[in-house]
Amino acid sequence: MSKIRLLVGTRKGAFVLTSDGKRKRWRIGGPEFAGWEMYHLKGSPVDPNRVYASQTSGWFGQKIQRSNDGGKTWEPVGDKFVYDGTPGTHKWYDGTQHPWEFKRVWHLEPSLTDPDTVYAGAEDAALFRTTDGGKTWEELPGLRKAKGELWQPGAGGMCLHTIVQDPSQPGRIFVAISAAGVFRTDDGGKTWRPINSGLKSQYELPDPDAEVGHCVHCIAMNASRPGVLFMQKHWDVMRTDNGGEAWREVSGNLPTDFGFPIAVHAHEPETVYVVPIKSDSEHFPLDGKLRVYRSRTGGNEWEALAVGLPQADCYVNVLRDAMAVDALEPCGVYFGTTGGQVYASADAGDKWKPIVRDLPAVLSVEAQTLA
Amino acid sequence: MIRVLLPAHLRTLARVGGELRLQVEGAVTLKAVLDALETGYPVLRGTIRDHVTLRRRPFVRFFACEQDFSLEPPDTLLPDSVATGAEPFLVVGAMAGG
Repeated sequence: MSKIRLLVGTRKGAFVLTSDGKRKRWRIGGPEFAGWEMYHLKGSPVDPNRVYASQTSGWFGQKIQRSNDGGKTWEPVGDKFVYDGTPGTHKWYDGTQHPWEFKRVWHLEPSLTDPDTVYAGAEDAALFRTTDGGKTWEELPGLRKAKGELWQPGAGGMCLHTIVQDPSQPGRIFVAISAAGVFRTDDGGKTWRPINSGLKSQYELPDPDAEVGHCVHCIAMNASRPGVLFMQKHWDVMRTDNGGEAWREVSGNLPTDFGFPIAVHAHEPETVYVVPIKSDSEHFPLDGKLRVYRSRTGGNEWEALAVGLPQADCYVNVLRDAMAVDALEPCGVYFGTTGGQVYASADAGDKWKPIVRDLPAVLSVEAQTLA
Repeated sequence: MIRVLLPAHLRTLARVGGELRLQVEGAVTLKAVLDALETGYPVLRGTIRDHVTLRRRPFVRFFACEQDFSLEPPDTLLPDSVATGAEPFLVVGAMAGG
């Protein structure tokens, strides 16, 4: 019978939650790396027991941990993230130029084909890659040549937070940066270009046709339809049908189109999930009611999913990497909150239950479906 | 032998329970102790000093014999009582945040 393993990163450690395929009873493992900020953990698609984790601290910097047994034991690997050449400068909050400075790894994305190859999204925004299982990391500097001098930090820092690989075209990778936008390579990371046509950021960017500078919060793809991507922007939920060449808004009837995560159903490429948040100054759900919204039409028409979620006095946030789906039928959907709850739905979002209620603030959730 | 006491998070990372003891050849300077520490425990590279510049991370401080050595240059000699092992060299996580 299939099993589910959730890799949960929090402000004060990592947790591994496991269940059988029924997804009713969960075992809570952890904390691992107690006291450290665990920004993201993710397993290799080709070797699910190979898991990588970003361990970071404002005091002691960046560590990368690797597990070869699904998170039971860990070993530190390389953590020397050095920008290629002279790093140069990017735009600072006040519009002046500011030197690129490495702060942490927000996201680790193992290769679809090789367990020793992993991409790391960094703050200040850059993409690094290891091909030796994490021992050494090299920047893919072509990304920052895509108008990097115009990128600017969002409120959470200038982070490369999303990495999506196209399974149909091995050289094609999408990354999203806050606040720069979405970028695509078609040659395995050598050259990149911004793909932000159609994004409107009138409150942040005076130029309505700005190629970069957009505060993209998360993008998601269903692997069966890799040309279609969905985006939760700072404001606006967006969609592209041509690999990012053009985006159009699909916020439709959402009660607010501000939010952080976005996820696509594992088997229904037109079924999309977001968690609407009141605003950029009030990072909590509308009216104290925690609701996931689901569209089964690829956007525009959204329904509130509230069964099992708190519908009064709830003022948590759901961060951009804290929502995931599994590959079972029916599709499981999971998300973690800044209040330390991890919620699960074993029926594609119809009903929810908390797996655990009192973890530290959740930064990331990844779901692994194990044979 | 030089005695070194690390903050709890770094002890966990280095998988050591209490004080470390390091052999330092030649003059017992700040840099010599940190070099020996990172040679003996490579996992600590990058946690106390920057990987490339070897500058102290901002929220890490160095103390010995009730003196703050955090802002001293790397070739600063540590007190004799540290060099003889009578007193430990302390790596401390700065009090910050709330």
